[in-house]
Amino acid sequence: MSVLEISDLHVSVETDQGTKQILRGVDLTINEGEIHAIMGPNGSGKSTLAYTIAGHPKYHVEGGSVKLDGEEVLTMSVDERARAGLFLAMQYPVEIPGVTVSNFLRTAKTALDGEAPAIRGWIKDVRESMTRLRMDPTFAERNVNEGFSGGEKKRNEILQLELLKPKFAVLDETDSGLDVDALKIVSEGVNRAKENTGLGLLLITHYTRILRYIRPDFVHVFVAGRVAEQGGHELADRLEDEGYDRFLAGAPLS
Amino acid sequence: MTTPIATNTTQSIDTVSPDAAPAQHGAKAHTDGGWSGVPVQTRSARFASADVADFGPVTGREIVWKYTPVARLGHLIDGDLDGSSYDVGFPAVDDVSVEWVPRTDSRIGSAGLPEERASANAWSSFDEALAVTITGEDEKQVVVARSSLGETARAAHTVITAAPFSRALVILENAGSANLTENIEFVIGDSADITVVSLQEWADDAIHLASHFAVVGRDARFKHVVVTLGGDIVRVNPSVHLANEGGDAELLGLYFADSGQHLEQQVYVDHDAPHTKSRVNYKGALQGVKARTVWIGDVLIRHSAPGTDSYEQNRNLVLTEGTRADSVPNLEIETGDILGAGHASATGRFDDEQLFYLQARGIPEQEARRLVVRGFLIEIVQKIGSAELQEHLAVRIEEELLRSATVSGAAPLASATEGASA
Repeated sequence: MSVLEISDLHVSVETDQGTKQILRGVDLTINEGEIHAIMGPNGSGKSTLAYTIAGHPKYHVEGGSVKLDGEEVLTMSVDERARAGLFLAMQYPVEIPGVTVSNFLRTAKTALDGEAPAIRGWIKDVRESMTRLRMDPTFAERNVNEGFSGGEKKRNEILQLELLKPKFAVLDETDSGLDVDALKIVSEGVNRAKENTGLGLLLITHYTRILRYIRPDFVHVFVAGRVAEQGGHELADRLEDEGYDRFLAGAPLS
Repeated sequence: MTTPIATNTTQSIDTVSPDAAPAQHGAKAHTDGGWSGVPVQTRSARFASADVADFGPVTGREIVWKYTPVARLGHLIDGDLDGSSYDVGFPAVDDVSVEWVPRTDSRIGSAGLPEERASANAWSSFDEALAVTITGEDEKQVVVARSSLGETARAAHTVITAAPFSRALVILENAGSANLTENIEFVIGDSADITVVSLQEWADDAIHLASHFAVVGRDARFKHVVVTLGGDIVRVNPSVHLANEGGDAELLGLYFADSGQHLEQQVYVDHDAPHTKSRVNYKGALQGVKARTVWIGDVLIRHSAPGTDSYEQNRNLVLTEGTRADSVPNLEIETGDILGAGHASATGRFDDEQLFYLQARGIPEQEARRLVVRGFLIEIVQKIGSAELQEHLAVRIEEELLRSATVSGAAPLASATEGASA
């Protein structure tokens, strides 16, 4: 059984005002098949955690470790992490002019598997996933994220989640900017991916809205760069009623 | 009289400056208003002559020479040139003739005249001109190939005439060594539909200065594509005169400068009749120390050209440090009655966010870089409209990229910076 273990993770970024500590000792263990929601106010470090796991060069790890089945992830390059089974659904996916979705997906799949996917089965998989995510077939021949609406970009992220079949996926505010219909479609896609592959999920969100459609096993409240409280789904309900004020009182303004 | 409006925005990106702050996503849009006290010189007033003796010595400060390494071009600018005919390969095609004609041929000089000394030197020195004549309304492909010009300093002259209603894709292939200054004229008849692709795949030591002059007939379509991949110094300056109502010009360019290469193009579109349309789109990639590119784009919309629709853009992708790309769009508008006129220029280093995105999906760094560069350049390739050529260029771009992987290796891009000067 796969496990992703984050221990005592400290991370900083360089800003115009100098080095800024963002994560101050994060401990989190996610087993295969589990859904963990990370909730917290703006600036609490949720996205930093996501990008640090994926290996974005902007974030400097000051200490701690991220282990996937016992292997240290932090020393791997970005693409090695992906090939080890990690996936980050981005909040703001970038446009890649001149690279079609279909070319991109095939290239990624080939890189992950070490060999090109069998053409017929692959085309069928892509088509079916796109249909389920209510994506028009013409999407495959459009350039990656170029001219996509916010909802289309998020669907394209979940399309990749379904097709690339990671062991663990971090979804960074996948719900932001989605209307309720798109949110349902995207949530269905995430639930389907989990059902099919049994992946572990780290769901980063500011709002509890998405948790109506993707039910977390654990909820962690992130404040000032560390987990301030954790619990089951009932914690999300409580946050929905009370907001984050309870946690912010007395917390340092970072 | 309408007051001329002119904008001149210059952007020089020098990737060797270490202190400048990286712009977001690496791209740096140009800023309008680069007024620096230099008087605006209208492009239409530029001196032109076929006689080299009418041009003074070149100092390198002239507007047409200021970005060019003139010190290495003296032999083409001032020297004696071999103007004899040379070997040309052209597979026979129906409705197309290719022949050498004397200097006195009436077609010579009908599309334009030299505006600088190297061009005039070629004009004064050629013995015979290569004349390509296209008739017939069926679509056809014409290839005119040169690959054995050799190292002697040469002059050449070509006139390509397309009869009214004719259609063709003309590919001018350049390979091998060369030390050449030349003029090429395109006379596009009324309602003709002609695509010209000038392919510079010269050997590493080639020096090539070319001026292309086109005059476009009524309701004719002229697509002109400059693809420069090989050569030491290559400068191709296309100028298109939209002299008749309804003329349409699409000027495309694709260049890939490696270490030490100087690739330049000065593009000029002259809107001189009502309802003319032009689109200019040049894209370049630079990699390696002293890879150098220059793009100057002049668009003039004359008082005689109401209803003009015009847009020009240049984009450069900087792949390593130590390169320099100059991009200078100029727009002169003499009439307020136009459909549209715009320009854009951007030079940016490789976008690390794109790289991160691709790598985060498991794609190794080198392959991710290749995907992005190929994607950047492919837009131009796809607009050429020839599957065969598209295939060929895709392979050539791939080779250039592989060269980057082996020669410059994993050159550190993460710390590449850029500075812009107005």
